[in-house]
Amino acid sequence: MDESLLEKREGSLDNENETTNWVEYWLDGELVHRSVHVQLKQAVVSFGETASF
Amino acid sequence: MANTQAMTTSFKVDLFNAVHAFNGTGVPAHTVSTADVFKAALFTAASTLNAATTSYTGAVTEVSGTGYTAGGVTVTFGTAPSSTGTTSFLTPSASITYSTVTLSTSFDAMLLYNDTNAGKKSVAVYTFSPQTVAAGTFTLTMPTNDATTGLLRIA
Repeated sequence: MDESLLEKREGSLDNENETTNWVEYWLDGELVHRSVHVQLKQAVVSFGETASF
Repeated sequence: MANTQAMTTSFKVDLFNAVHAFNGTGVPAHTVSTADVFKAALFTAASTLNAATTSYTGAVTEVSGTGYTAGGVTVTFGTAPSSTGTTSFLTPSASITYSTVTLSTSFDAMLLYNDTNAGKKSVAVYTFSPQTVAAGTFTLTMPTNDATTGLLRIA
């Protein structure tokens, strides 16, 4: 494949929940590659409590 | 001296290690010093995973596509559960990666579950913006393993 024919598109998303980046390669208007990298920001937290008598 | 009512921090760490069994019903046998295998499976944006999701087996609808194996990938917990202050925490020691996959149906959730457990019991659900992958890689990078950002925390 002649890589010079590929069109590279990149994007990102950043909010309170995640930072996400993706890269796409298009050939003649067709998506031929898309990879995604997600960095999670919000973990799952459980709160342990004790009750009074 | 004054006594302070609290759930002990050591107990919060013990929960990650299956040290206690308050009721024998449904408690699986564990081999001493052998960790269970945990996996991460991806689910479509049309799924309804939430706190009520009890197991991988009962969760629908998992993604499917070239290069993706049903059940997902094994998650590496190379660092033992720990605590800082009164918060215990645990984070996978490596990124969760699905390599060379094509997932055409939009997905936005990952279910972490116990693959060793016969019931494939759930641990947590993580959500992110809807994604697709084309002949590429999907990577979930882990946050810093501490009491503030650890992936699993009991405060």
